[in-house]
Amino acid sequence: MSYAIDVTNLVVQYSSLRAVDDVSFHVPYGQVTTLLGPNGAGKTTLVETLLGFRPPTSGRVRLHGLDPVRDHAEVVVRTGALLQRGGVWFPMTPQQVLELTASYYDQPREPRELLTLLGLEECARTPWRRLSGGEQQRTLLALALLGRPRVLVLDEPTTAVDPEGRQVIRNLIRAERDRGCALLITTHELTEAERTADQVVIMNHGHVVVQGSLEELAGGAVLIVETSHPVDPAELGRRLGCVVSAPEPTRLHCSIASTPERVALVTAYLSEHGATLTSLRTRASLEERYLDLINENAAVTP
Amino acid sequence: MRAWWCQTRAEVRMNIRRGETLLLTLGIPVLLLVFFSLTHVTTAPAGGRINFIAPGILALCVLSTSLVALSIATGFERSYGVLRRLHVTPLGQRRMIAAKISAVVVTEVIQVIVLSLVALALHWQPHGGVRGALEVVAALLLGTAGCAGIGLLLAGRLRAEVNLAAANGLYLVLLLMSGIVVPLSSMPSVVRHVALYLPSGAMADALHLIVGHAQHASATDWWSLGAWALVAPLLAARTFRFE
Repeated sequence: MSYAIDVTNLVVQYSSLRAVDDVSFHVPYGQVTTLLGPNGAGKTTLVETLLGFRPPTSGRVRLHGLDPVRDHAEVVVRTGALLQRGGVWFPMTPQQVLELTASYYDQPREPRELLTLLGLEECARTPWRRLSGGEQQRTLLALALLGRPRVLVLDEPTTAVDPEGRQVIRNLIRAERDRGCALLITTHELTEAERTADQVVIMNHGHVVVQGSLEELAGGAVLIVETSHPVDPAELGRRLGCVVSAPEPTRLHCSIASTPERVALVTAYLSEHGATLTSLRTRASLEERYLDLINENAAVTP
Repeated sequence: MRAWWCQTRAEVRMNIRRGETLLLTLGIPVLLLVFFSLTHVTTAPAGGRINFIAPGILALCVLSTSLVALSIATGFERSYGVLRRLHVTPLGQRRMIAAKISAVVVTEVIQVIVLSLVALALHWQPHGGVRGALEVVAALLLGTAGCAGIGLLLAGRLRAEVNLAAANGLYLVLLLMSGIVVPLSSMPSVVRHVALYLPSGAMADALHLIVGHAQHASATDWWSLGAWALVAPLLAARTFRFE
């Protein structure tokens, strides 16, 4: 099977620093993969290697089955990219730069249609230097979409974008996925990732900590209890007959599936100890899993 | 072809709208042409000051547009991430450089027309006829390739601010020691010999010989211009960094 993006045992080394260390994953067409990780995890280096800015030190990257360095001209025709630190000529307006960039493609999308789709009509004739951060980001996204790409690589697409703009970008990501485009998105916005990702890859110190669907990442059955006051997790664990940990004093993770009896037992226990139930969930949020994994990884990495 | 044409048009439009580029490519050359033609702050060979200054200023046009303006604009485009973004579009490095050079040539044509008109108004009497005109075009084109190569070499390696200082510094040094406004004959022999191996010096010398004295440019001038036109762009292409 040919994947839209195929990364196999990728290593990228800068002198003594191994920025990407033996990373493997793939993205099929029609799927959104989100790349998460703290600053310096190697996400941007990985994206730049995918886009042919540098050859891998070892391993292999393929876009549409092509080598992004050797077959660069062919790759960029079918790939849209929004880069961090990717800019536009200061005097140009979104309309001008979209019209100019459209001339690079054989069958581009209509610039006017993209201006409307991304809510840029009002600032279409405003020079780049006078646009807000969110307007600049949406213009860059419009540029990435101009060539009707089959693969979209978006490096931090929601940075500096207001909530309305995020909604627009989120809808657009879903629309592109639905038309069969493969999307690789790097972000720090875990709630955004949770809303759009089909697959998540978490990186730290250059290597993949974990990858899988949101369901797979959420782990096994769990009951997450948040309380108004701290309570003894060991005692609650004895009552429920499972392991209960307390990552925070008022947040308890019970390794057990939710049933009406168990929920009743928890509320009764809290009431006995003068605490109120403030939240009850049956799945860890991506943020919780992410922080747990990064902290676990930091503990084992010298 | 369409991408190259649209990109060239956009580059020319931006050059024309950029105040500092206009000052560098038209303002300063016109000012220097008028100032050095009408004053006697430098010595000039026999045959009228304007007949010495005008060919030198034509060489200066190439220097200011293809080396300084191109280098500064490209350096800032690199620093603002414009080149990074272009790298992931189908425009491609070759068409981007071709569009930049085409825009430089268009700007130079405008410069040559404006400056020739000003010089003619100051009683410039160019020599050489059609043959001379063709030789002038060849010298200017070779000079453009060499200077553009140096400009892109600087822009592709240095930080934008360092490149800005380096390009302006180079402009001043080459202006003074290339026989553009100060005749090479009035300089120490070491400087005179070095100048002829610089693209601006060889260009100024060739133009002085062709349109000032109705002679052919010297073999040294052609070799020097040809070598710079070949080596500088190749070096720039090999060392250029998008980031």
